[in-house]
Amino acid sequence: MNAPGDEKVKIRLATTSLAGCFGCHMSFLDIDERIFELAEIAELDRSPLTDIKHFGPCDIALVEGGVCNAENVHVARELRASAKILVAVGACAINGGLPALRNRLDIDTILTRVYRDPITDQPCVPNSRELPLPLDKVYPLNEIVRVDYSLPGCPPSGDAIWKFLTDLILGRMPRLDHSLMRYD
Amino acid sequence: MDNEFTIDEQPVPFVPGQTILEAAKAAGYYIPHLCFQPDFKRHGGCKLCTVLVNGRTQTACTHKAAVGQEVDVNTPELNAMRRSLVQMLFIEGNHFCPACEKSGACQLQALGYEYEMMSPHFVELYPHREVDATHPDVMIDFNRCILCELCVRASRDVDHKEIFAVAGRGLDAKLIINSPTGKLGDSAFAVADRAAQVCPVGAIVIKRVGFATAIGDRPYDREPISAEAESCELPEVR
Ligand code: SF4
Ligand code: SF4
Ligand code: FES
Repeated sequence: MNAPGDEKVKIRLATTSLAGCFGCHMSFLDIDERIFELAEIAELDRSPLTDIKHFGPCDIALVEGGVCNAENVHVARELRASAKILVAVGACAINGGLPALRNRLDIDTILTRVYRDPITDQPCVPNSRELPLPLDKVYPLNEIVRVDYSLPGCPPSGDAIWKFLTDLILGRMPRLDHSLMRYD
Repeated sequence: MDNEFTIDEQPVPFVPGQTILEAAKAAGYYIPHLCFQPDFKRHGGCKLCTVLVNGRTQTACTHKAAVGQEVDVNTPELNAMRRSLVQMLFIEGNHFCPACEKSGACQLQALGYEYEMMSPHFVELYPHREVDATHPDVMIDFNRCILCELCVRASRDVDHKEIFAVAGRGLDAKLIINSPTGKLGDSAFAVADRAAQVCPVGAIVIKRVGFATAIGDRPYDREPISAEAESCELPEVR
């Protein structure tokens, strides 16, 4: 798509972690030296690996983690508005994952049980304006914003991430064969 | 041409009385299934084995093979339907594979892999279901039960104990236990029962052996579930 003589335009890639454990990001780094190959063709937008504060227009966004609080909703929406292709990466983004084990419990009960004043034994739930409000449940990403693709695994292996990402970049339907397809 | 039908245009022999699934298995042809196991009465509940017989949908585990039938198994439309069935089974329960000791040996998960299920797609129901750990040797996690009724059939027809039944209909259907308290620990269930061995998912699990085989080294970690077709013996005809 570049005009003759233009610098080769790089793909812009954003990544973020919502209610996840950063395992998917660690696994992303497991692509090892292939990261140099990636750096040839892609440039990072906002990501835990850069210090960019807001998402700019980007081609591909990788999202780890489900949606557990108001800040997650905000980030997910900003990213959805910025990205052409949004990928739910890993078990938590796909079905809430282990954080969603709290979904059977009432959020108020959880907070008042966990946060108690040790002396008076009264509930003392933190209520700073700095803290994002927790949601009633942990939601899979696709229940909050539109998701274009999902990449399963807890976390998906570096090889699975590489296969998926290169398929996407080359304009192919991303597919995982049996050796790369895992839900655990 | 006697006692022969076709699967995806390949000739398959059968013994009269055999179902399409049994004949396919005997011929090394894979038809997916969840609620079928050769030793138990046919159930026809999960619909994973749905095939087209002369253009009409039938469950291969209950439909008898007949001369000249043209059966379609591996078509994009049928496989997409199978993927949707697996997705619905996922969202109807609470399936968090990373925390499940059956992971890698679970037929539901393996069918997800087989049909390239990248996500459960539908809105999660997150139902409230219990775990029953009252039995000394066996645990039931109802969050993962897919109501295949294999334990029901095994307990009734092989163990002759009738420990399990399915009560209720539709989304309210659930597995119940035949004991004064409804708890497994107060039933006549024993770890040596056939019903303790048949669960295709991580609902009925035997205690203290869950991680004897490491995750990553389990049957469906090594091979796709469809590979079982190559090693299957002729099931007994009922
Ligand atoms: S029963 Fe199977 S599908 Fe369900 S959580 Fe366990 S491994 Fe996953
Ligand atoms: S407990 Fe297991 S065997 Fe019994 S109905 Fe549920 S899934 Fe099937
Ligand atoms: S295997 Fe045929 S309906 Fe379940």
